Amino acid sequence: MAVEISETLTFECETGNYHTFCPISCVAWLYQKIEDSFFLVVGTKTCGYFSQNSLGVMIFAEPRYAMAELEEGDIPAQLNDYGESKRLCIQIIKNRNPSVIIWIGTCTTEIIKMDLEGIAPKLEAEIGVPIVVARANGLDYAFTQGEDTVLAAVTHRCPERKSSVGGQNQPVQDEELQEFFSFLPPNDENVKKTVVGSQKNPPLVLFGSLPSAVAHQPSSELKRQSIQISGWIPTERYNNLPSLGDEVYVCGVNPFLSRTATSLMRRRKCQLIGAPFPIGPDGTRAWIEKICSVFGIEAQGLEKREKKVWDSLENYLDQVRGKSVFFMGDNPLEISLARFLIRCGMTVYEIGIPYMDKRYQAAELYFLQNTCRDMRIPMPRIVEKPDNYNQLQRMYELQPDLVFTGMAHANPLQARGINTRWSIEFTFAQIHGFTNAKEILKLIIRPLKDNNDFKNFDWTNLVRKDNNSLN
Amino acid sequence: MKLVYWMYAGPAHIGTLRVASSFKNVHAIMHAPLGDDYFNVMRSMLERERDFTPVTASIVDRHVLTRGSQDKVVDNITRKDKEERPNLIILTPTCTSSILQEDLQNFVDRASIISDSDVILADVNHYRVNELQAADKTLEQVVRYYLGKARRRRTLDQSITDVPSANIIGISTLGFHNQHDFRELKRLLQDLGIKINQVIPEGSFVEDLENLPKAWFNFVPYREIGLMTAVYLEKEFGIPYVSVTPMGVVDTAKCIRQIQKHINNLAVVALEETVDYEPYVYQQTQFVSQAIWFSKSIDCQNLKKKKAVIFGDATHAASMTKILNREMGIRVSCAGTYCKHDKEWFNEQVHNFCDEVLITDDHAEVANKVARIEPSAIFGTQMERHIGKRLNIPCGVVSAPVHIQNFPLGYRPFSGYEGTNQIADSVYNSFIPGMEDHFIDLFGGHDTKEVIMKSLCTEKGVIWDPESQLELSKIPSFMRSKIKRKIDKFAVHNGFTKINIKIMYAALICL
Repeated sequence: MAVEISETLTFECETGNYHTFCPISCVAWLYQKIEDSFFLVVGTKTCGYFSQNSLGVMIFAEPRYAMAELEEGDIPAQLNDYGESKRLCIQIIKNRNPSVIIWIGTCTTEIIKMDLEGIAPKLEAEIGVPIVVARANGLDYAFTQGEDTVLAAVTHRCPERKSSVGGQNQPVQDEELQEFFSFLPPNDENVKKTVVGSQKNPPLVLFGSLPSAVAHQPSSELKRQSIQISGWIPTERYNNLPSLGDEVYVCGVNPFLSRTATSLMRRRKCQLIGAPFPIGPDGTRAWIEKICSVFGIEAQGLEKREKKVWDSLENYLDQVRGKSVFFMGDNPLEISLARFLIRCGMTVYEIGIPYMDKRYQAAELYFLQNTCRDMRIPMPRIVEKPDNYNQLQRMYELQPDLVFTGMAHANPLQARGINTRWSIEFTFAQIHGFTNAKEILKLIIRPLKDNNDFKNFDWTNLVRKDNNSLN
Repeated sequence: MKLVYWMYAGPAHIGTLRVASSFKNVHAIMHAPLGDDYFNVMRSMLERERDFTPVTASIVDRHVLTRGSQDKVVDNITRKDKEERPNLIILTPTCTSSILQEDLQNFVDRASIISDSDVILADVNHYRVNELQAADKTLEQVVRYYLGKARRRRTLDQSITDVPSANIIGISTLGFHNQHDFRELKRLLQDLGIKINQVIPEGSFVEDLENLPKAWFNFVPYREIGLMTAVYLEKEFGIPYVSVTPMGVVDTAKCIRQIQKHINNLAVVALEETVDYEPYVYQQTQFVSQAIWFSKSIDCQNLKKKKAVIFGDATHAASMTKILNREMGIRVSCAGTYCKHDKEWFNEQVHNFCDEVLITDDHAEVANKVARIEPSAIFGTQMERHIGKRLNIPCGVVSAPVHIQNFPLGYRPFSGYEGTNQIADSVYNSFIPGMEDHFIDLFGGHDTKEVIMKSLCTEKGVIWDPESQLELSKIPSFMRSKIKRKIDKFAVHNGFTKINIKIMYAALICL
């Protein structure tokens, strides 16, 4: 087979007109993750209308997020910012009593240079509820990077880990363990300590927001390798944030958390484990292996485990092998997903991506390159800040079997006979860990399969034929 | 600053984009940061559009901010001019980029020198007007622009058509059942022998706007979008307009009579005869619309004097209030609108038909009002539907803000005589949630929701353990909340603070 294999990855930056969601959309999943939080988006009607519409997020019974809508008078006068924020926060505390208020700065607060970071500490001292400021604005960030800004801000609020010679006195903040011991009366600390204190590896904190059902998986996988996790960022309870310090190792589970990683390294002096991301069985194995290798542990039985997962996927793989994929670029999960799909035997023509930190994604990029080489599949072209119009022209030419796209382009592409899958589904679906690989493939197979079944469902083949048969 | 949880009307640029993308071969450029272009998502998803939404965001990022956006905006305008060859390019900022206070008019002037398309800047104050007002304004601006252009070119032909004709103004994308209403209105006008001269903005070309003055009159079915254009056309070209919304048999008749009046003013001269629509009104009211018979039927008899709360945009809320009260004998305890800018009109329209009027854009205020009144049914927007769900009060959706459910593939007009049937159905179905739903639940149908453990007024202190919650979820939903309340009461009465399965059964036995 004369497939030309390019040896290196090529990066382009089109800086085009592309569509993706606003980073404030992270509120939609983070407010559910951090259960005692209140998110206050400081912005305009445009921001508010976005969050209520685009994500289908409607305010039901007990909203834990709201807009601080800037009105005309708020724009020039910075005099009242403090007083106004205070008024709103007091109202929120009265109504909802959150453990933390997270202010989400927007493009507007950037442009009018509202000093949220300056106001927050003063106000926090006055009202006695922590206020975390995240600048999830569309001037600097795209879509899921909103989570990055929030988590980066949260890292500053994690308690300082006291340098411990013995290392055993630290209360370990494994939520799962705490939950496990929740039947004990709160003062029975001794039992907890003895069990919890048996940890051998250096403290490891994972960062990235995963639904609890999914977060359980990496934890238990690591536990199989006898690695204890000492905490997650974010936590379900704001006050349970893990302690950080120079002895703490940190590792991300999502590819879009480069700011959080940087902040953990530079500001909290943590040691970052740069691994591919635990998406797909290949990624999950690589992720665990990397963590094990850093801790000097030899990973046990991973090869077997990965193989078992692949074997269980065989039915699905048959349906995707040899098919081609095009990522328009939306939620910065693209590289990891593409790498997994290539491993499944698919061809990836283009990986559009709104933003990429090549350093934070280095291990993943390297892995992608190796995967392409192993599978003898050409390296995809990686296009940062793609131009959607140009992408359409390329798509018409390449005729991919499947396109991952934002919601704005899905129906028109379908109408042009191109199969699509909403990229946003991968943001919300459970895709991390060994067993969830199946979920990713299920999402992909549906359009490939369904649309094959329906390919003939059109005028010529069905309706007109039927008419002829009567004659 | 204002604490906002939800809003009824969108921001101004949404209105501008609705008008821009309703026209054919018009492209809009949004001067906005990344993520502000979710209008494309809304239109593509809700309208199930086959074509790409003709809106491009010229993205403002940090880089653009420091360098100034003129080049980028002008580049994008000229680029779209070449790629799409539109007749018109409309530039609009959003709330965000309008703060930059750039001289966008200057960008537009520069771009229009280089491009073949016409280029205009949507002239809207993003902090003072909402989606509806902006749509109204933008439509007027586009019409004014093209009539002005025709006048300067001396191509403007002001002679009216030979036969009676009308422009329908205000049908637009993402409007509440606009496509269905449009079809119904078209039929209505056809039945009356009135030619449709132009329909704007939906599906029309800007080049054809110069033909607007040929119509005998303008027809504005919704107050929210189109009234400004009609007023402008009346002032500049002396074209009369009808803005009575043809919803319900009474107002539809009123609307047709107004049309008749305007037609006859001209017909005396142009046709040397007059028209008489009374037989048509009679025939349609008596035989096509089932609404009058419905209000006499035993079904509607059962609804008489029941209480209802109505909330929506000015047009729909006012029409529904009049229909429910005047045509069905239902007591409207409260009629309200979020169109604060139109409150005088709304007040004047409904004050004779309801107990009280509510003008607010705060959904919590509406919720509280509903909770206090405890009506048998609500007619409102998607938000009132949610409010109704929480309070277990049925709700018919009769107004924007729109939702995918408001874009049914079937024919569901609210206007005209077919609309009266549709409304009667909706009213009946809202008041009497059909037994069918209950049967679906009984057989374990699509009710997979978790049991809502909280109600608006929670009885405090009783906790349900997971097992008992599961058991509770097996009870069909239409009886569930009642049974839950009884069990709660039983528990409180007997001093239990936690309900387990045993207590639950004990309570059920005692019920």
